Amino acid sequence: MLITQLKSKETIEELAQGKIVIINCHGCKEVYFPEHQADELQKELSASKEVTQIITTDYICNSENLMLQLKKHMDKINAADTILVFSCGVGIQTVAGQFQDKKVYSCCDTYQLPGFQGVTALNVDCGQCGECYLNGTGGICPITACSKSLINGQCGGAKNGMCEVDKDMECGWERIYRKLEKMNKLDNMKYDVPKVRNFGISKEK
Amino acid sequence: MRITELFEKGEFVLTAEVGPPKGVEIDHLIKDAHEFLKTRVHALNVTDNQSSVMRTGSLATCKVLKDEGLLPIFQITCRDRNRIALQSDVLSAALLGIENLLLLTGDYTTLGDHPQAKPVFDLDSVSLIHAVKCLENGYDIAGNAVDGTPPKFAKGAVVSPCSDSVDVQLAKMEAKVKAGCEYFQTQGVFEPDKFMEFMEKAKQFGVPVQLGLIIPKNVGMCRYMNANVAGVHVPDDMIKELQADKERTKSGDVGVEICARLIKECKDYAQGVHIMSLGWENRIPEILDMAGIAPIA
Ligand code: SF4
Ligand code: SF4
Repeated sequence: MLITQLKSKETIEELAQGKIVIINCHGCKEVYFPEHQADELQKELSASKEVTQIITTDYICNSENLMLQLKKHMDKINAADTILVFSCGVGIQTVAGQFQDKKVYSCCDTYQLPGFQGVTALNVDCGQCGECYLNGTGGICPITACSKSLINGQCGGAKNGMCEVDKDMECGWERIYRKLEKMNKLDNMKYDVPKVRNFGISKEK
Repeated sequence: MRITELFEKGEFVLTAEVGPPKGVEIDHLIKDAHEFLKTRVHALNVTDNQSSVMRTGSLATCKVLKDEGLLPIFQITCRDRNRIALQSDVLSAALLGIENLLLLTGDYTTLGDHPQAKPVFDLDSVSLIHAVKCLENGYDIAGNAVDGTPPKFAKGAVVSPCSDSVDVQLAKMEAKVKAGCEYFQTQGVFEPDKFMEFMEKAKQFGVPVQLGLIIPKNVGMCRYMNANVAGVHVPDDMIKELQADKERTKSGDVGVEICARLIKECKDYAQGVHIMSLGWENRIPEILDMAGIAPIA
């Protein structure tokens, strides 16, 4: 089972820029979602920011289902600057994958709880790292899209854009860099203190 | 001595790579180091289970070379050790008087002779540089104080100037410089134009870069590198050059000439040369002679 936990209010407020569409995913029995806290926070956001639509749906990890659910909100989504997603890491990546030209931000961190995990056949994956990096990486998960789960950029092993570990797999950091380039967000890769993963929290009980 | 002191003095810094043996017989390595390298290069890189092939350790080999009066560079990868073991080995290096480090992410485990091994990658090259910097400031990466006078190292890293995604590599290079990297050695260069173009962009970081060279031993090796080795591309005309005179290629003379020529062409853009001879240490003096680089005083 997974649990998602809201990122701090300050972090989310910083992400909430321009016209905002919020997407909540409540469907899945495998993921605990803090509905009540999310509700409260979204009310506050609606009061202080330009939230044009709040959508609450399910199984956004499935891109076909996602697009079906979003159909009637497309005008709002097209007009939005930012899409804030409250879901597990898989849901956020699916949304980011569908809306390549929008700023899609994650408002949750996804953790793993010990025990049986549900099986969902998807083309993006979340490693439940507990400190979601998607906001800095253009919505592409460095933990699962990079064979070494690197978080500070590409290793020296990529050749012709493919990963040194699996020649049939595109290098995750090549994808992240190109996405950031497209978003005009390459500055995301410039920070003073290198990122270091916290393996202490990702397996917390 | 830290090799950063040489860069600061404006020296053209020469280094060569040696690989510890698979086993503990190290006499051959020591003999070659004395015979071919001691008077020709400033320091020797000692690889860390290179290509994920298990061998005798880099740190122990560095200590042996140091006792022989040579200057070792301790290569450390993040493949096999978590942050506790990495920092511990860095402190151990300081204890043994080894002051030069080359900090790498490392090849993936499945590329080597223990494909079943657990890949670690707890840190990466950037956070490893940061960890060493923390130790130099008297703290470990978790923020705990380290007793006594902190160690001081020359902190180096690698970059691939001829990578097919050189912009992605430059971003990583910048991250390494910000983390505290003080010198770079490059992946093997066969395309001087690409190296010079890269250096034009890299010079903004203000950190010395050594031109990396691999001696091209034969056509098969070049084709293999073109297909499989990241950041390395041997151009067609160089392959033709190796095909032209089979005897002279076999004897290694063509490879030596190519390396000497690359040094001459790139010299003005680099702050040194790093030679990865892959067992051909004996040809290094010739390469340097031919490139007009005198023995070390
Ligand atoms: S960075 Fe990846 S593994 Fe971590 S929570 Fe986000 S999607 Fe999941
Ligand atoms: S080649 Fe790319 S995806 Fe593969 S390990 Fe290196 S950075 Fe990660």
